[in-house]
Amino acid sequence: MHNFASSFIYAAQLLLSGDPELWAIVLLSLKVSLSAVGIAALIGMPLGAALAVARFPGRGAAVILVNSLMGLPPVVVGLLVYLLLSNAGPLGVLQLLYTPGAMIFAQVVLVTPIIAALTRQVIEDLDSEYSEQLRSFGVSRLKSVPTLLWDARYSLLTALLAGFGRAVAEVGAVIIVGGNINHVTRVMTTTIALETSKGNLSLALALGFILIGIAIAVNAALGMLKSTAARSAYA
Amino acid sequence: MLRHRLMGLMLALVAFTGLTASGANAEDRFIIVQSTTSTQNSGLLDYLLPIFKEKTGIEVRVVAVGTGQAIKNAQNGDGDVLLVHAKPAEEKFVAEGWGVERFDVMYNDFVIVGPANDPAGVAGSNDVVAALTKIAETKSPFASRGDDSGTHKAEKRLWKAAGIDIASASGDWYRETGSGMGATLNAGVGMGAYIMTDRATWISFGNKGDYKVAVEGDDKMFNQYGVILVNPEKFPNVKAEDGKTFIGWLIGDEGQKAIADFKIDGQQLFFPNASAGNS
Repeated sequence: MHNFASSFIYAAQLLLSGDPELWAIVLLSLKVSLSAVGIAALIGMPLGAALAVARFPGRGAAVILVNSLMGLPPVVVGLLVYLLLSNAGPLGVLQLLYTPGAMIFAQVVLVTPIIAALTRQVIEDLDSEYSEQLRSFGVSRLKSVPTLLWDARYSLLTALLAGFGRAVAEVGAVIIVGGNINHVTRVMTTTIALETSKGNLSLALALGFILIGIAIAVNAALGMLKSTAARSAYA
Repeated sequence: MLRHRLMGLMLALVAFTGLTASGANAEDRFIIVQSTTSTQNSGLLDYLLPIFKEKTGIEVRVVAVGTGQAIKNAQNGDGDVLLVHAKPAEEKFVAEGWGVERFDVMYNDFVIVGPANDPAGVAGSNDVVAALTKIAETKSPFASRGDDSGTHKAEKRLWKAAGIDIASASGDWYRETGSGMGATLNAGVGMGAYIMTDRATWISFGNKGDYKVAVEGDDKMFNQYGVILVNPEKFPNVKAEDGKTFIGWLIGDEGQKAIADFKIDGQQLFFPNASAGNS
């Protein structure tokens, strides 16, 4: 039987050995997923906030749609992005397929609805609190978006973290559009899938522990940023 | 102040993105090879490709999927070279104009592996048709790739030769995992099923449990690999020159010797036979 404790020790040994291949894979995972979250935030936050404050026919349906898209299956997104980026597809000229750019593309599609939906919820709550005040200053609904986003910045970190969690953990999309090419598009999750398929279960599990460790480290870093920022804001 | 810090964070993220986007260096000289899991999981390509790069400066990026998917990807122009193991499908690929020409590269063989208690009593057999018949008669679990890969195609041919209608047993004792060789081995070992696998993947597989090779040595289990350049007339983006260089190396003396030199635990996994079959 596979021993969890020994895999855990294996994971520590892998990290401490400073294996450059492992670190390159870890770094690529971070690059791809952080880039995707960054781009998704630039799209999803204004979109979610606009959806929260705007009043238009079909708004209810749009909210339901964005909420549902949070559950987009990664493998379906991978397939769609593959068909777009394939040389036989409409975006083939970009020559993005089987590059980290393709993986970022797919993860942006996955993460944007999560950030948009969570942003909408946060901003809607905030707007119901402050809308009267903002209106009395003569600020129109859409013009209040930047103010509301700024005011909700700490709550919105959670939306970023949710997006990052989704991006760094998924394998279905990146393995299709990245191709799991050694030294080019191999990230933590695709390496785990590969090692599992080779039957190297303890190595795969050790890599899994490392991936969880990365997620904890990123969350802790943002958490610290949040608390120091909050402290200096009220000081 | 704070506004600056958060803006800085955002900018850092965006800068990171810029870095990554430029990470796919245009100057890098590389080709993309659509290949199968067996060549990758066995470690063969990890062994061959650095030798090739050392000599030519061409990096080979391998997308390892099942033969069926590899062929589909190549038909979309997503790859320069196809290295797979399903001769009829490869010949069709060339005949339909997707590929330029097919060359034999190497072979190994398929084996059927099974649990130590051998419920169908086939261990030690070298007659695959008789063994499959026994597995079907005893309704012993059999895990199939079920993914239209080269191994799956070969397995279906063998069931047909044995005159067994596996479609009716699907979900009963015949279980299609619909996934790669490694995943199917993991699943099959977990459920005590017989599994047909290429020998290279089996030898390098790390989760064998009490499994052993049960059926081997039948001529019908011969497994030929072929290599094809994707047709640059269909897809102008195909890197024909570098692709040809790779194929020429693979079926030439150096590549063939390198294939023969690749061993795991002293066992040779692939047997070069390029000159034999290429006219």
